[in-house]
Amino acid sequence: MLDWLSPEAATALMLSLRVSLVATLASLPVGVLVAYALARGRFVGHGLLNGLVHLPLILPPVVTGYLLLLTFGRQGWIGASLWDWFGFTFAFRWTGAALAAAVMAFPLLVRAIRLAIEAVDPKLEEAASTLGASRLVVFGTVTLPLILPGIIAGAVLAFAKAMGEFGATITFVANIPGETQTLPTAIYAFLQVPGGDGAALRLVAVSVAVAMAALALSEWLARRVARRIAGR
Amino acid sequence: MSAGIELENVCCDFGTFRAVDNANVSIKPGEFFSFLGPSGCGKTTILRMVSGFIEPTEGAIKIGGKDVKGTRPNQRPTALIFQNLALFPLMPIWENIAFGLEVRGVDKATRRKKADDLLKLVDLPGAADKMVSQLSGGQKQRVAIARALAVEPSVMLLDEPLSALDLKLRQHMRAELRAIQKRTGVTFIYITHDQGEALAMSDRVGVMSQGRIQQIAVPRDIYDNPVNGFVASFVGENNIFEGDVGPVSAGMAGLSSPHGAFRARIAPEAQGKALKLYVRPEHTTLSKTAAAENSVEMEVTEVAFEGAFISVHGVAAGGKRLSAEVKNDGITVVPGVGEKVFASFDAARALLLPDANVRA
Repeated sequence: MLDWLSPEAATALMLSLRVSLVATLASLPVGVLVAYALARGRFVGHGLLNGLVHLPLILPPVVTGYLLLLTFGRQGWIGASLWDWFGFTFAFRWTGAALAAAVMAFPLLVRAIRLAIEAVDPKLEEAASTLGASRLVVFGTVTLPLILPGIIAGAVLAFAKAMGEFGATITFVANIPGETQTLPTAIYAFLQVPGGDGAALRLVAVSVAVAMAALALSEWLARRVARRIAGR
Repeated sequence: MSAGIELENVCCDFGTFRAVDNANVSIKPGEFFSFLGPSGCGKTTILRMVSGFIEPTEGAIKIGGKDVKGTRPNQRPTALIFQNLALFPLMPIWENIAFGLEVRGVDKATRRKKADDLLKLVDLPGAADKMVSQLSGGQKQRVAIARALAVEPSVMLLDEPLSALDLKLRQHMRAELRAIQKRTGVTFIYITHDQGEALAMSDRVGVMSQGRIQQIAVPRDIYDNPVNGFVASFVGENNIFEGDVGPVSAGMAGLSSPHGAFRARIAPEAQGKALKLYVRPEHTTLSKTAAAENSVEMEVTEVAFEGAFISVHGVAAGGKRLSAEVKNDGITVVPGVGEKVFASFDAARALLLPDANVRA
């Protein structure tokens, strides 16, 4: 199916899909939790958390990548412990690319989910709690079903952002074919060599196709959920 | 079963703002008790404290004799009905009603049966499988009541649940709520700014203003024997005269005002305070000649036909506005606009009252 792509390009595409999927799925629970805390919580450090979440949106991606390297690199203050204790590292691995993509996509994910939570009438949650439901049950039975469209929208947005992530990825985990070379970094690499234009263009076409498919999927999901909410 | 509620010296501060100031109430098991007051008077704060969403800054709340300090809303034997009802939009009606039972781990067949029974109780059979959006306002109202009753609360808390309904339906639901309360015997605490609603439904009413409970009494006493000007004005219309209060004898005192000398009732606890005279328009009669006492001449400026009665408005000396209600009985003569008449009232129907009880 991917015959018309060079093996190198096909590898980059598959890696990109894997990196983006893992980045999205792994950050989803954290994203919901953070969005809920930001939407409903009143605590010290609310502003700080909000700022931290949005930082990757504002910082140059290369800065985010470099900060990730300082933190999670083999010598980084978290990265060194991970390596010493578990023999695990993000540095120059596809998992590092997923981490970079997740961090870069996190603001978009949290924003979409937070908006959905803020649109839920708090009285619904309060009603559920006076009927005997604990906070966790209230969230599971009342809040979660109502914010599902927002979660899906946030996840699709995060996935798309992860597919396109370039700056932080190349700074943090470089551009190693087969390990950290994602679609955008592969396109960049092809453009750096003479005669690589054709290969780059094919990857560009793939990028466009993936983006369109993701958009169509999210539209379809959103409509399905909206229909369910409107009352079967 | 139904439980009593005690508020003991309850205060609630939001920052520097005192929303509820030293509230003391003892609500009996099975009582229909209303908190009545304008918006911002603290009545909703009291409800939120009883249901557990806010902790009092000072004082204690007891439900069924037990101090509920520190228990979360889901651990209290209370159910709350909101103004906007807050029905779960994604669940069919029966699941809405059975929500509290599902949380308690009741099996599906029992839940469904209980929901059907409650739908019958609130006079809405056959709605079990509909969605919330398919019901009318009054029907949603009944579902909200059924949902709260399903968990068999000891105390039902209602936060202006009828205010979104139209007049006709509101009046119907008043009677309905009262009937459901009598049938179930659950203690009802009802929050409203509608004095008609509070007076018509309640066993007792607590009138609130600026965080303070002004008076707790049966509806009739709230209307006929208000303790201060705020209560008198909030539950009905008044003609008000200002002046100097004379000596008290046998529960009556004189008031010398720019409009003449009057006599009215005075409560023992009101003596020595700055007082005004309050008399209701329906206790004010109109005549061509002055009465023996408590009579003011006025010129009629407006006559409004209200159906059961006719509302006559006039201006006395100094631009003082007065009004009287004349019964539409076909016998009483109704004066026309521009006519000069005497507005008189019975001293036993007039009250000398202080202003509201507010923080100094």
